[in-house]
Amino acid sequence: MSPKAMNALAPAATPPELIRNFCIIAHIDHGKSTLADRMLQLTGIVDERAMRAQYLDRMDIERERGITIKSQAVRMPWESAGTTYALNMIDTPGHVDFTYEVSRSLAACEGAVLLVDAAQGIEAQTLANLYLAMENELTIIPVLNKIDLPAAQPDLFAEELAGLIGCQPEDCLRVSGKTGEGVEHLLDEIVRQMPPPVGDPNAPARAMIFDSVYDTYRGVVTYVRVIDGKLSPRERIAMMSTKATHELLEIGVSSPEPTPSDGLGVGEVGYLITGVKDVRQSKVGDTVTNSAKPAAQALGGYRDPKPMVFSGLYPIDGSDYPLLRDALDKLKLNDAALVYEPETSAALGFGFRIGFLGLLHLEIVRERLEREFNLDLISTAPSVVYEVTMEDRKVVTVTNPSEYPVGKVAEVREPVVRATVLAPKDYIGTIMDLCQERRGDLQGMDYLSENRVELRYRLPLAEIVFDFFDNLKSRTRGYASLDYDVDGEQAADLVKVDILLQGEQVDAFSAIVHKDKAYAYGVMMAGKLKDLIPRQQFEVPIQAAIGARIIARENVRAIRKDVLAKCYGGDITRKRKLLEKQKEGKKRMKMVGRVEVPQEAFIAALSSDAEAAGDKAAKK
Amino acid sequence: MPSTLPDGDPAPADGSLPDSALAGARERSFGVYLHVPFCAVRCGYCDFNTYTATELGGGGSQAAFAATAALEVELAGKVLGAAARPAATVFVGGGTPTLLPPGDLAALLDAVRATFGLEPGAEVTTEANPDSVTPEGLAALAAAGFTRVSFGMQSAVPTVLAVLERTHDPDRVPRAVAWARQAGLDVSLDLIYGAPGESLDDWRRSLDAALACAPDHVSAYALIVEEGTRLAGQVRRGTLPAPDDDDQAAKYELADDVLGAAGYGWYEVSNWARGAQHACLHNLAYWRGGDWWGVGPGAHSHVGGVRWWNVKHPTAYAQRLGAGHSPAHAREVLTEEDRYVEDVLLRSRLAEGVALRRLRPQGLEAVPSLVADGLLAAGAAQGPGGAAVLTRRGRLLADAVVHRLLGA
Repeated sequence: MSPKAMNALAPAATPPELIRNFCIIAHIDHGKSTLADRMLQLTGIVDERAMRAQYLDRMDIERERGITIKSQAVRMPWESAGTTYALNMIDTPGHVDFTYEVSRSLAACEGAVLLVDAAQGIEAQTLANLYLAMENELTIIPVLNKIDLPAAQPDLFAEELAGLIGCQPEDCLRVSGKTGEGVEHLLDEIVRQMPPPVGDPNAPARAMIFDSVYDTYRGVVTYVRVIDGKLSPRERIAMMSTKATHELLEIGVSSPEPTPSDGLGVGEVGYLITGVKDVRQSKVGDTVTNSAKPAAQALGGYRDPKPMVFSGLYPIDGSDYPLLRDALDKLKLNDAALVYEPETSAALGFGFRIGFLGLLHLEIVRERLEREFNLDLISTAPSVVYEVTMEDRKVVTVTNPSEYPVGKVAEVREPVVRATVLAPKDYIGTIMDLCQERRGDLQGMDYLSENRVELRYRLPLAEIVFDFFDNLKSRTRGYASLDYDVDGEQAADLVKVDILLQGEQVDAFSAIVHKDKAYAYGVMMAGKLKDLIPRQQFEVPIQAAIGARIIARENVRAIRKDVLAKCYGGDITRKRKLLEKQKEGKKRMKMVGRVEVPQEAFIAALSSDAEAAGDKAAKK
Repeated sequence: MPSTLPDGDPAPADGSLPDSALAGARERSFGVYLHVPFCAVRCGYCDFNTYTATELGGGGSQAAFAATAALEVELAGKVLGAAARPAATVFVGGGTPTLLPPGDLAALLDAVRATFGLEPGAEVTTEANPDSVTPEGLAALAAAGFTRVSFGMQSAVPTVLAVLERTHDPDRVPRAVAWARQAGLDVSLDLIYGAPGESLDDWRRSLDAALACAPDHVSAYALIVEEGTRLAGQVRRGTLPAPDDDDQAAKYELADDVLGAAGYGWYEVSNWARGAQHACLHNLAYWRGGDWWGVGPGAHSHVGGVRWWNVKHPTAYAQRLGAGHSPAHAREVLTEEDRYVEDVLLRSRLAEGVALRRLRPQGLEAVPSLVADGLLAAGAAQGPGGAAVLTRRGRLLADAVVHRLLGA
């Protein structure tokens, strides 16, 4: 049994041989945060009293959903076989949209703990991150967690892990983050198996940014891993991608509260504060160097975040538009991947077109806007980026169906992803059906164990952003997991379907869809709107059209009666008040030509689940 | 369950009215409404303020009702003071007023006569259930000064009456009408259309049966599913289908055709009379913004731009009056804007329409397009003396017309 280290090693004075940098690769719910909590306790840097569950996850949403969006790094002292070491645990974001950030976190480590729930086995995203770690030549320690659960099947899943990383089943450690069982042994194994960092202490400083977080009080806090040389307080540093220089106001390590130090040396992990206010000035993947004695070459692997999914966000109450703008400006400080520009929709008013890394990113941003800024929002159906080449060879980039060019189109290209689905073998048929419906191409299939398979598909991103994950989950009773990574683009037979109310196009409902699905989309949307649009004094035709060609039609019949049959002495006050309420309600109606459409109809029609839309409308 | 009262401002305990409400009162018509809050059974569609127990405690019993209500009539006399004037109309509604013995109804009318007096030729109506009248009772009412009776016929089709939970025998209606005629009373029949399961033919049968009684006046109401009624529960649970607006529109048109052909002209959206002299003057006053005092639990009143409504429960009502307080639960003093909205809302229901001179510029501007859309009659809207009068299509879409006249 290893004792707590009595004397922690001082940052900036720790030989690299005594440093171990590692991360934990795990799926949501597999217990990463609980394991991290145990490590903080065992290494003595957080005492029992200060311990709160999931110490490292700071944002409310993370805590509630039990997921980590933003990573942090913690330095923990640990004594093993009589020697004191400094262990840096780098917490990786655990979700599909943040692959690039994961890759930078991995690049800051020499080893990874592959943490798998002993009752569930490995999930697709974990597998994807495992492959990423293996590509980066990290030392992998396989660990089965939650062995205290009655449903745990450690022997079964040890086989599976062994098969995946090429070790023996008995090499898999078994722990319980909840009870602490096996965690000390794991810390010892991290010291024993993982290699120390290697770098040139005399070379010009080079440190890789693997995370950058905006803090209201301190400005941007940048997390780095020093590769070569040393960073010291008060020196002037330079960001190698932007050439911007800043003074190092503070440098230190998290253990787990930020603790200023004399600097950071080779192999060390810590944070920098320069006083900048926007995470865009401190980009993940960038290289920090000394501005007076800069390195000749930046570290490899830097990439600008690229939005893959676009959606229009509109305040339900139009007067909230300035609030939405301010809220986005604030979120942007902490989210380098968030891009947006103002957009106007005839149907929805003023809003923003926002680019996201993926669907989860969209969901998180939307939820934060609603929760932290108290905004009620409508979002339009998510869209991907299309390249439309016209017959005159002009190329138009389309992130919003309304930008789809009019005229002769020669070719439309859409982004595609490489998707991995893991599931019990019983669901192979179901998953293949779904992927087939979504224009997927099977690339390969492997059995991870007797019962579980990995299916690899190439799928259009557009097919994934529209309720694919929900469908996958419901069709496999929640057993399937999905990971995807952008994999170029392809030409496809795509068309724009417009929805017209009494001949007027409703921009918010236009969609770019595959030719074979245009009819189904048109029928679905027209049908949905038929039930959502209140009857007017005249008949309202609802049409779906590709260009001038009508592909579906429904009618909202004219209203014939709205009069209140009885209006006597006792009814007058009630009727007048109702009239006033209706008058208020009319103000919230959007006019499409002469047709009054209640805001709720837009919300319900834009929600991806047709059933839910019907329910909502019925309740109004 | 009876419907809930609107929200309002507190009403003073002595029932006093602001001077503004009393000013110029003598130029305005005055009516008295008497609400009798008792029924033998509660019908499934009904949300009126009515109770089926004969022995409500605390002075709220049926037997004590006439004497209690007379206290409110007295209070009304005091509150109106110099503004008190003879009533042009009296209307006893319910509930089922004829559940009370004719002597009680006569006593109520006497109380009105004693406090306010009646104008010569005053219209005095009572509602009645065809089940709860006798030839003698009707004769006694006529002798006491009643001039008109309004029977709740609702339908002539047994299956429809069953859905409405009406207990009377449809064959009783013509007899009750004949008795009323013998007593010298004007007769009105109330009909309800659009109940779940009622066919267009059922409705035609009811109209024909009503006309066979040769009433002076017919009210025909589209069934409204009111919140909190048993019917609303049945519709919500899906045991009965919800009334359909299109079906009700078709039935309205049928009623207007059939009644019109039989010589009954519409004078309000849901009311037809055999000649203007048979129109219900009491109800017309509601739509023309007249003054009336509503006596009884839950009754609403209007005097010079102040509306108020009484506490609903007969016991609470009796206790207030017993303690010498006004039974008013709450009231609202209408703003200039409120009064304009009500004026357009109510007068537009009438065949005489809203005089164009009463409309604000925004309303006047809406008239040509409403005429063009076939919702207002082109002829009536002509010239400086013109009025906004609903066409038949307009009557069915009166809500939309009012919104447009009010500029929404």
